[in-house]
Amino acid sequence: MEFELSFILAMIIAFAVLSYVILDGFDLGIGILFPSAKSEQDKSVMMNTIAPVWDGNETWLVMGGGGLLAVFPLAYAIIMPALYMPIILMLLALIFRGVAFEYRWRTVRWKPVWDFAFFAGSVIAAFTQGISLGALVQGIKVANRAYAGGWWDWLTPFSLLTGCAVVIGYGLLGSTWLIMKTEGELQTRMRGYAKWLGIATLGFIGVVSILTPFQDPAYFQRWFTLPGSIFSVFVPALVGLCTWLLFMGLKQDKEAQPFLASLGLFVLSFIGILVSFYPNIVPPNLTIVEAAAPDSSLRFTLVGVMVLVPLILIYTAYAYWVFRGKVKPEDGYH
Amino acid sequence: MLESFTAETLARMQFAFTVSFHIIFPAFSIGVASYLAVLNGLWLKTHDQTYLFLFNYWKKIFAVAFGMGVVSGIVMSYQFGTNWSVFADKTGPILGPLMAYEILSAFFLEAGFLGIALFGRERVGNRLHMFAVCMVAFGTLMSATWILSVNSWMQTPAGYSINDVGQFIPEDWWQIVFNPSFPYRLVHMVLAAYLTTALVVGAVGALHLLRNKADAAARRMFSMAMWMLIVVAPLQIVVGDFHGLNTLEYQPAKVMAMEGHYDSHPEGAPLILFGIPNPEEKRIDYAIQIPKLSSLILKHDLNAPLAGLDTIPDEDEPPVAVIFWSFRIMISLGFAMLGLGVWSLWRRIRGKLYNDDLLKRAAIVMGPMGFVAVLAGWVTTEVGRQPFTVYGLLRTTDSLAPIDAPAVAVSLISFIIVYFFVFGAGTYYILRLMNKPTATSGLEINKGPIRTAQNQFIATTDANLKSGAQGDNRGI
Repeated sequence: MEFELSFILAMIIAFAVLSYVILDGFDLGIGILFPSAKSEQDKSVMMNTIAPVWDGNETWLVMGGGGLLAVFPLAYAIIMPALYMPIILMLLALIFRGVAFEYRWRTVRWKPVWDFAFFAGSVIAAFTQGISLGALVQGIKVANRAYAGGWWDWLTPFSLLTGCAVVIGYGLLGSTWLIMKTEGELQTRMRGYAKWLGIATLGFIGVVSILTPFQDPAYFQRWFTLPGSIFSVFVPALVGLCTWLLFMGLKQDKEAQPFLASLGLFVLSFIGILVSFYPNIVPPNLTIVEAAAPDSSLRFTLVGVMVLVPLILIYTAYAYWVFRGKVKPEDGYH
Repeated sequence: MLESFTAETLARMQFAFTVSFHIIFPAFSIGVASYLAVLNGLWLKTHDQTYLFLFNYWKKIFAVAFGMGVVSGIVMSYQFGTNWSVFADKTGPILGPLMAYEILSAFFLEAGFLGIALFGRERVGNRLHMFAVCMVAFGTLMSATWILSVNSWMQTPAGYSINDVGQFIPEDWWQIVFNPSFPYRLVHMVLAAYLTTALVVGAVGALHLLRNKADAAARRMFSMAMWMLIVVAPLQIVVGDFHGLNTLEYQPAKVMAMEGHYDSHPEGAPLILFGIPNPEEKRIDYAIQIPKLSSLILKHDLNAPLAGLDTIPDEDEPPVAVIFWSFRIMISLGFAMLGLGVWSLWRRIRGKLYNDDLLKRAAIVMGPMGFVAVLAGWVTTEVGRQPFTVYGLLRTTDSLAPIDAPAVAVSLISFIIVYFFVFGAGTYYILRLMNKPTATSGLEINKGPIRTAQNQFIATTDANLKSGAQGDNRGI
């Protein structure tokens, strides 16, 4: 019973993190692509495609952190100090990025500053998220219920690689989102970017996938012995399918298909990571069961999750529905 | 000198700094969100365009403040892990689920409906828009409820047991959520938020009234804010008194520090109005005091004995001077708010609410004082909990993450620089929004566009406003 409960909640945390990655992924991507805007109008349109929804998207990050504390306090207490610097950097970056949404409309003289804050904040947030992911995959030293490594353990060539991968991948999500939400010259330009960002993202997925099994013998085992090896057939096959859908969509001027295919790539990469991690929550040694809070905490949390998460999904979907369709400059958006 | 900056000191400074900045924004957005819901509701009910104008005016200010609240709040949710990971490991089983409920029932609600509340009126119609505005307001209150439950549990823990690795294990969630000090804290905080907002709204109204006595929007703001003050300020004083009695019961050392009672008073304790705490000698220097009054307030009996800090072991004693002063700041400001409310009521009864320039100036001076009082109140209660993070059970020293001082120092300095820059700019933009004219005749409402599709809408309401402006100068 205990196993099942913690496993269910682990899936929910994973769901929150995945929701964060795909939702804030594309809106961080807008920030990453921000310097490509050719005019003030482009900038307004780009920002206004996400202005009504970014708050909700970022809340999933709080849910990921808060949920981890609720359900796996030990994992939270180990991961946060281990990733001290990248997390602080990410928080500072998100501050700059978050306020830019309001501030840039409130000033003329300082507008370039807040535009830059939006861009740099998005890039740094994406990069540090990628670094954190890479550092987790590499494994974290634990002794006596606490982090036992050094302050720079997170900084390795592998984590820098995953950092770059996430920046480029978010860029792909952002560009395909804009294909869906804009028209005309901006949309055409984004199609061009999406192609190159798609190629680069696949390159990164490939390199990271090849390197991951060598980060830890357990990963290698997982992917190349049953039952894990089932995934090592399906995941690459589905990645191939998403790739095909992405590039066909771009070629045939489809509007939503490139975005959905890019989301597919992210979901598959995420599944790949979960497969590598299981049954650990902090590789290489801390398992889901070991890190879980007592049953009384898990049960209490689960009740709230069961009732509230479906509601959240409904009204979030509704908010997206309200703001559906193309964002046009003459809408007077902003 | 430098070696006194241990990782613990730095982590405490960092927490104090980031949480103090953060508390400002919720204190304001709880009040403004409710104010917006009231304005929108009154507009829908009365079709009085002044309410709609005020809604649109305060909506932009709310958006900027809310943005700052969100980003400073994300910092808080991760800081438990980065700097206080042992605390997180030990209290996570209890505090984690409460915070998860806050996120699930409040943060998502606010963020999910914020887009519609800010710029969805055209797309969803008035009724759904009103619903969205109410959901945002309700979300801010839910958020306050859960976070106050968390904080209260740290002050007056209940419903737990402790396991063999030192973790707090939940035994009874009802007792945990509704722990002994929670109701008092929650009501005290929500009223503080409403008072803070009323003072700000009152100050903005007063500012524009000084410029133009006939300004309908300014009159409405000023009048509503002064009503709020006269109703809430006395209520807050009563609630504060109950809260104090509760604290005396569960955290007596905190009350001793607040009152400055270093010594026990077996035959009735005096109320120390002012004085200078002298921690070395353990006494209050230059004390001005009223005999027996402290016993009367705290025990409702002039001669009731009152224990002092001499009954508390030194290692459990909170830092008296900070608490002594912050408590006095909060109390004085509370009575100043009451004073402003009474003054406004007296002028209102005389029919001169809008004519007293001195009253308006006083309202402007009092504008930011809600924030000061809220900060002082939090300092009183949080420093008063020291040297524990979970009162009586988990010491602050034993809550710290295994971190090095330089890492905390670097992050602390970064937070200070970034916060002053970012929130300084935000405050400046908010003040500029508040400085914009509110005269409802012939005014351009929306020169500085918010990030939204509302220009078209504003154009139509602007026309409505102009046509409806004549009959509208009568104020309330």
